[in-house]
Amino acid sequence: MAADTRTTPTTDADDPFVSVTGWGRTAPSTAYLWRPRTHEQAAAAVREWGARGGIARGLGRAYGDAAQNAGGCVLDMTGLDRIHSIDVTAGTVVCDAGVSLHRLMEVLLPLGWFVPVSPGTRYITVGGAIGASVHGKNHHVSGAFTRHVSAFDLLLPDGSVRTVTPGTDLFDATAGGMGLTGVVLAAVIRLHRVETSYMLVDTERATDLDDVLARLAADAERHRYSVAWIDLLARGRSTGRSVITRGDHAPLAALPARARRAPLAFRPGTLPPAPAAVPPGLLNRATVGLFNEFWYRTSPRAGSGRLQRLTAFFHPLDGVPHWNRVYGRNGFVQYQFVVGHGQEETLRRIVRRIARRGCPSFLAVLKRFGASDPGWLSFPVPGWTLALDIPAGLPGLGAFLDELDEEVVGAGGRVYLAKDSRVRPEALAAMYPRLDEFRALRARTGADRVFTSDLSRRLSL
Amino acid sequence: MKDAFGAPQSLLILGGTSEIGLAVARRLIARRTRTVRLAGRPSPDLETAADSLRALGADVTTVPFDALDPAAHEEILGKVFADGDIDMVLLAFGVLGDQANDEGDPAAAVRVAQTNYTGAVSAGLVCATALQNQGHGSLVVLSSVAGERARRTNFIYGSSKAGLDAFAQGLGDALHGTGVHVMVVRPGFVRSRMTAGLPDAPLSTTPEAVALAVEQGLRRRSELVWVPGTLRVVMSALRHVPRPLFRRLPV
Repeated sequence: MAADTRTTPTTDADDPFVSVTGWGRTAPSTAYLWRPRTHEQAAAAVREWGARGGIARGLGRAYGDAAQNAGGCVLDMTGLDRIHSIDVTAGTVVCDAGVSLHRLMEVLLPLGWFVPVSPGTRYITVGGAIGASVHGKNHHVSGAFTRHVSAFDLLLPDGSVRTVTPGTDLFDATAGGMGLTGVVLAAVIRLHRVETSYMLVDTERATDLDDVLARLAADAERHRYSVAWIDLLARGRSTGRSVITRGDHAPLAALPARARRAPLAFRPGTLPPAPAAVPPGLLNRATVGLFNEFWYRTSPRAGSGRLQRLTAFFHPLDGVPHWNRVYGRNGFVQYQFVVGHGQEETLRRIVRRIARRGCPSFLAVLKRFGASDPGWLSFPVPGWTLALDIPAGLPGLGAFLDELDEEVVGAGGRVYLAKDSRVRPEALAAMYPRLDEFRALRARTGADRVFTSDLSRRLSL
Repeated sequence: MKDAFGAPQSLLILGGTSEIGLAVARRLIARRTRTVRLAGRPSPDLETAADSLRALGADVTTVPFDALDPAAHEEILGKVFADGDIDMVLLAFGVLGDQANDEGDPAAAVRVAQTNYTGAVSAGLVCATALQNQGHGSLVVLSSVAGERARRTNFIYGSSKAGLDAFAQGLGDALHGTGVHVMVVRPGFVRSRMTAGLPDAPLSTTPEAVALAVEQGLRRRSELVWVPGTLRVVMSALRHVPRPLFRRLPV
């Protein structure tokens, strides 16, 4: 799916200069695109790119400017897509960084293995999953993706390659380091054993924010996956009303006879893509309010043990190619923050403020994080994370989100760099206490002169 | 870098004492702008302007720049860009001239044209190349409603702005797809030092209103912005008024 990289070629088809944006389609910039097919070509690119440096890019699912580099180079890693080996008894895979989680699922599911952690889309690469240290609905039991990486090969600023293992500074700086320490070329990943490609799903409705927090905190460990969709337009007594979804991989015995014939089949359904041109303002308070009302009302008040296809459970949006287009040409921003346990009052205040302001967000997700992961800039900390999409064209949104940042910082929380496109540089040090160590490592290894992105320029990373 | 809402972190103002320019700077400093370069003829006014922005917390330096000396533009502006990325260039210099006097003083009329048009062509092209090399940024050009249709009362100024406007639009097309965004801003009559003493015109506006429109235009990545917005409608009607009738209109 080459179109998924969101790189729009300029008018001249041979011109490798392309306009690049993140998934939110804001703040485009132009870069020289390299698409290496071998590790040696990638190393040559790193050695040859000029003063404005370069950054690795996968499938372009980072919402903001993490994988773009104005006036410099962008290393499109999707050409490095070989799966080197799979150990079907131990459950590990060795693969190139440009392999997508989609591809891994295609190959691994029939063998009875599943990726250890998957975010809301499977169209991300292994390199991106390490660089952003992505998390999934199972963070409370499994942690972030990088916790399941036994080693990776990192292309260093001088073009040499080093194998990096957990417990080292280079590993911790790279896990969640947004590609700024080097280019991950290949990785060894530990997998999760499954019997089927189906999920057993429990659904319940929570009437308000306190209800959802209590329900998510109770029996947190009982399900491998759990998440709440939250209606951020609901106000008054129903502020924070939610639909909680929890699931586990279905055992073979749970499948009806017909499905047992091919229990491990990987069958992602695909709907027609979103239209290329959507008028701005399609998603407003009225349309999103209607959607939210519908979604809340049609969710079962309490249902348990429902069988669902794995792709429908994990990646409902992947069924609609280019769904990011529905926000129109102004694009959208995703705001995801985390606050620790004991900071529920901050979370309540933020939810109330968003509800009062009427931010039209229909993709708002609340999740309880488990223990922190290695990674100096890794996002998850034990506590609560809320993620919401908002149209970027909303007047005054920038200042509003700055105010929310202050609440988050005041509670010792942070925003997620893989989704960020707007945080104030001054706020960053308070959010990520190990930022100085990260910067020092970049300076020590020379990475700061070679690996540059719009994100790193904007936030002086 | 600009953020998702188009708010720049670094700003270069050509015409560093321009009231509109400074109003834009104040507005953007309140958002993300931390670095400001004020380019203009060295003067106490330029230093005062820089101090007023420093007081808001920005890192401000002044750059000696003369619109009437295009030969020096490449070197002077080149140094500014060599110092670090510029997320937004605001081309804000311009003179109104004195129409009644300048009609009888061709040399003075030429100075208006050279400042408003020739100087802008030179500085605009230098900045466009620099922005293109860094792969991102906005070039915001202050045009004028006066350039939309020449009027008896200020056609010297109006024609220079008409030239600038056409130049900036073409430049915007040339830079389309390069990551560089060109935005033409057409304010109506702006109540400022430049127009002090002139009778107020209908639909007049203020430097602060222009600054707000610039910020909104950056957010929307607009190519053309009218201030106030109603001028778009008014002017699209006015430009089609037959000349014998237009001459008699009290505009």
